[in-house]
Amino acid sequence: MVFIADPLTHERQPLTMRDAWAAHLTDLVDADPRLAVVLADISADMFDQAMKAHPDRVINVGIREQLLIGVAGGLALAGMRPVAHTYAPFLVERAFEQVKLDFEHQGTSGVLVSVGASYDWAEGSFTHFSPRDVALFDTLPGWRVFVPGHAAEVPPLLDRAVRADGGVYLRLSLQHNENPHAVPDDSLLVLREGTRATVVVVGPLLDNVLEATADLDVTVAYTNTPRPLDTTGLRELAADTGDAIVMVEPYLEGTSAWLVSKAYEDRPHRLLSIGVGREELRRYGTAVEHERLHGLDAEGVRARLRRFLA
Amino acid sequence: MNDTIEQVRALAQRTVTDVRYPIVKTYTLDAIWVLYDRVLRVDPKRPDDPARDRFLLSKGHGPSAFYAVLAAKGFFPVAWLDRIATLESPLGSHPDATLVPGAEMSAGSLGHGLPLGVGIAHGLRADGFPDSRVFVLVGDAELDEGSNHEAIAYAGAVGLANLNVIVADNGSATHGWNGGIASRFEVNGWSAAHVDAHDHEALYRSFTTSHPDRPHVTVAAHRP
Repeated sequence: MVFIADPLTHERQPLTMRDAWAAHLTDLVDADPRLAVVLADISADMFDQAMKAHPDRVINVGIREQLLIGVAGGLALAGMRPVAHTYAPFLVERAFEQVKLDFEHQGTSGVLVSVGASYDWAEGSFTHFSPRDVALFDTLPGWRVFVPGHAAEVPPLLDRAVRADGGVYLRLSLQHNENPHAVPDDSLLVLREGTRATVVVVGPLLDNVLEATADLDVTVAYTNTPRPLDTTGLRELAADTGDAIVMVEPYLEGTSAWLVSKAYEDRPHRLLSIGVGREELRRYGTAVEHERLHGLDAEGVRARLRRFLA
Repeated sequence: MNDTIEQVRALAQRTVTDVRYPIVKTYTLDAIWVLYDRVLRVDPKRPDDPARDRFLLSKGHGPSAFYAVLAAKGFFPVAWLDRIATLESPLGSHPDATLVPGAEMSAGSLGHGLPLGVGIAHGLRADGFPDSRVFVLVGDAELDEGSNHEAIAYAGAVGLANLNVIVADNGSATHGWNGGIASRFEVNGWSAAHVDAHDHEALYRSFTTSHPDRPHVTVAAHRP
């Protein structure tokens, strides 16, 4: 394996979401004897000191993703709260049966934290992309999904993930908004009010959506905790916008469509789903370029919104 | 009372109504009986004792012997054995740990028990119970699953001494294990013993052998 650059750092971000996560998790693991961390080489250098201090609670299993999830499940069976981490496709897709059977089916749960997101390491291409991860968690009962939009949103979300009773997937990305936002627990943060549509945007795509909607008569609501989706809040907002809804998600397009549909069994609605395309692009380049190719830059989002509102 | 292997074997036969496995396979009975009768520090009256030893029936298939031993040791009433795998029964063709008192893992899909066992072994040590042991029973064909080999290499490398594996070897792996099963463990730093799957004294000696700085595997051979 040859890295032309470290795919997990970002020259324009002095503190990435991953940096914020590792620093805060190191503090938490020092303070909480029931907390454990399982790594599979990725990010292991960020936990050198923690591994020395807690050799049975901060573990690097090497490049072994089935074991990564299995060990986390075993720690949970021993009464610990495990946090397992690696690149998103290897964490969620490669060992998905372990995710399915080694927590809930055992009567336990854990916290899974990924990096890489949908196209962070664009030069690394499709093997390191995971746009389908949140859709996969939707096939499992009870998992919460947290998608921060800024490094400063990570520590409070990690606190919640560690304290939660059930499973939590924390999806870290190099893509981010200019400023962090504090979202009330499990609800939507309304940033702009309008009358023609309610646009719900998840995590790092917020700035693009704010730019795209600057002169449009729409409500914009932000969340970094898309599961469970606040469909009660969504219905309240959408009631004032003619039940026209737009979901903008930094992962597979349409991932949340089933939840919106379920929330509207009793009422007609219109839904536009904007997200990462299903097709493999077979392109390299940068994350910003991939964002544009998927129509997730401000211009692309605006074009689709205008057609929806026409 | 159900104090002898013959009595426990008779209990296992009560599960013949099991629709998926009409022939009750009990070649693992001797190993599981020796563990629960003489080795494991487990108490049906204190099933949540954090310092208890753990037994994981990883392979999950053909759990009659396991259920019979748990019933004999008082984890649940022996009458449960007569209604196995019916809609209202907590006992199925694959054990569900959330339904079966004394079962430490839900099994059925192969290759999950050993990685889970590695995590439990670390958790016990982190919890201040380094003398609490984890015993994982896998089948020789179950070893085909690559997840086991991830666990074998890792546990040997870090010297996870409170981890023990029993390979119930009935020669059923499709492509065999050229060079022997134990060698897969030994090359990764484990200690290993070969025993007859029905020799209680040999099983006991292997289960209680000292291995203070490395995990230990017992290859228990059954050749019908």
